[in-house]
Amino acid sequence: MIRLERRPQPSRLWVWCTPLLAVALTMLAGGLMFAALGKDPIEAIRTIFFDPLFNPQFASYSRPQLLVKAGPLILIAIGLALGFRAGVWNIGAEGQYIMGAICGAAVALALYPLDSPIVFPAMVLAGLLGGFAWAMIPGVLRTAFNTNEILVSLLLVYVAEQILAAMALGLLRNPDGGGFPGSRNLQQYPSAANLELIAGTGMHWGVVTAFITVILAYIVLTRHVLGFHIRVTGSSPRAARFAGVVPARLILICLGVSGALAGMAGLYEVAGPAGQITIDFNSGYGFTAIIVAFLGRLHPVGILLAGLLMALTYIGGELAQFMLGLPAAAIQLFQGMLLFFLLGVDVLSNYRIRIGRPGVA
Amino acid sequence: MDLSTFNWLPLLAALMVASTPILLAGIGELVVEKAGVLNLGVEGMMITGAVCGFAMAIATESAVIGFVSAAVGGAVLSLLFGVLTQVLLSNQVATGLALTLFGLGLSAVLGQNYIGVKGIEISAVNLGPLADIPFLGPVLFQHDGMVYVSLLMVVAVWYFLNRTRAGLVLRAVGESHDAAHALGYKVVRIRLAAIAFGGACAGLGGAYLSLIRVPQWTEGMTAGAGWLALALVVFASWKPGRVLIGAYLFGGLTVLQLNLQAAGVKVPVELLSMSPYVITILVLVLISSGRRGRQTAAPASLGRAFHATT
Repeated sequence: MIRLERRPQPSRLWVWCTPLLAVALTMLAGGLMFAALGKDPIEAIRTIFFDPLFNPQFASYSRPQLLVKAGPLILIAIGLALGFRAGVWNIGAEGQYIMGAICGAAVALALYPLDSPIVFPAMVLAGLLGGFAWAMIPGVLRTAFNTNEILVSLLLVYVAEQILAAMALGLLRNPDGGGFPGSRNLQQYPSAANLELIAGTGMHWGVVTAFITVILAYIVLTRHVLGFHIRVTGSSPRAARFAGVVPARLILICLGVSGALAGMAGLYEVAGPAGQITIDFNSGYGFTAIIVAFLGRLHPVGILLAGLLMALTYIGGELAQFMLGLPAAAIQLFQGMLLFFLLGVDVLSNYRIRIGRPGVA
Repeated sequence: MDLSTFNWLPLLAALMVASTPILLAGIGELVVEKAGVLNLGVEGMMITGAVCGFAMAIATESAVIGFVSAAVGGAVLSLLFGVLTQVLLSNQVATGLALTLFGLGLSAVLGQNYIGVKGIEISAVNLGPLADIPFLGPVLFQHDGMVYVSLLMVVAVWYFLNRTRAGLVLRAVGESHDAAHALGYKVVRIRLAAIAFGGACAGLGGAYLSLIRVPQWTEGMTAGAGWLALALVVFASWKPGRVLIGAYLFGGLTVLQLNLQAAGVKVPVELLSMSPYVITILVLVLISSGRRGRQTAAPASLGRAFHATT
């Protein structure tokens, strides 16, 4: 008989081993899935995980893409992880990302064609505030009316998507665009463009911000009283009260920070890689970031690595689509599988597996 | 807008059809939550049901087989969640989200060959003279079978939860899994059964979208219906009758919004399209603020993991 025995403390060894185990299991299950789709599994796995980095034919293009894709994922996931640790479930980062992008781009378009070093910082600020404000809706509703923040933040994603459509077709549409939907291309507006900082690396301001955020989040979580409040609330809300945590304030902080980071990520994306506000410029980073946060064990350094790995599956997925004709959705399925395996093998870090009958105490 | 030219009859007739997907998914999730499990994967199960049902209905040209396969597909997917949360004791919120993300990916892969394929014809059930009653006939009695199945389902769930011993046990498990365990009830098995039922219902709801309401397969076609079903359970204060009322109110709203769009009202289309979500949020706020300080109607063990120590 197999029993689970709760560990008094999560195993430190397994906490860091389970993500690796989950990745290995996902490769195995993913290989089976690719085989079921009629592709050579080994080739598919190699195309996704190896070719983008090491194949001389593609690496020059795909290596910079790694940072371009990992930047927003890490930035959003760091914010989400703070909340998830405290039991505040912001799952609407996609909406905050969209609103940040809209607000930031609106500032740029309002200032167009002003040539000034003020433009880009103003956009970043607007993006931050846009995401922050959108996340404050579930935050205030939760603290003032006790409304479930999971449902509200998620439902607001659909509202944000409609606002995005309205903006791309109306208010922010390029007046010189011949009636086509979509805003001016910010890449062609030097003061507003979020360009590559070091040629050939993919490093742009969003990636820089993501790296700084990783460091700040690490310091906050390990050295600051806020981090202590977050951790204690997550493990025992009742004990947190005695430790002087004001639950409402913590909820607002967690949602506000994650919203602001998601909003900034959206702005960096729209001013850089995406270039313009279009109906579907958002590519689901807000949802993938949830996987990144968990894969990184809700820990800043873990999230950094997880973000890079998830970026790799995006790039490798595109490559596999192009080279092997793998359906685009297969990679989404692959990412979902990864989260499943991770949550499943997590049992190993919190429980011991005992085989045999329980002894008499 | 000129309201006198606005045709109310098709609006009312479409109400029941528009409500059925979230009614089915909502009543299933109600049973799951009554057993103390919060499954946030409704959206993923719905869309998987939608693609399973559509594919099987096309293959066999039978709507019944389509719906049955959708229910099976939803239940199988939900058991993934069940095994993870009940056996491997993972966090229910995170696992539910994973189920949604996984289901969206899975459905897109399964459905890639069905995009643009025309659905099968499903005719209304023949209710004889009832269907010929003026006004009431088209509104109430000229629908497909699933509309009536969903209504029966609400009655059945109400009867099961409130009038049967098994329903009482299920509610006990949801209120206090430790007490239920001490009494000798198999908490994990009961919860797994509830989760599978919820999955099957969500699958049916999804298939209703792809087979009857739309009827076509498109990627991401549920567009948040699963989340609305989750909100519906909160709105209903975990009572089957109120799930029905809530679903029909919501269905009415959706139909009205679509009809206003079609009638070319001077309101931006996007504003109308976002109205179901905005109104759901407002309703959630009203419901939750009305219960401030007092105890909530939610099952006491909702979302908590159960680990038998003895």
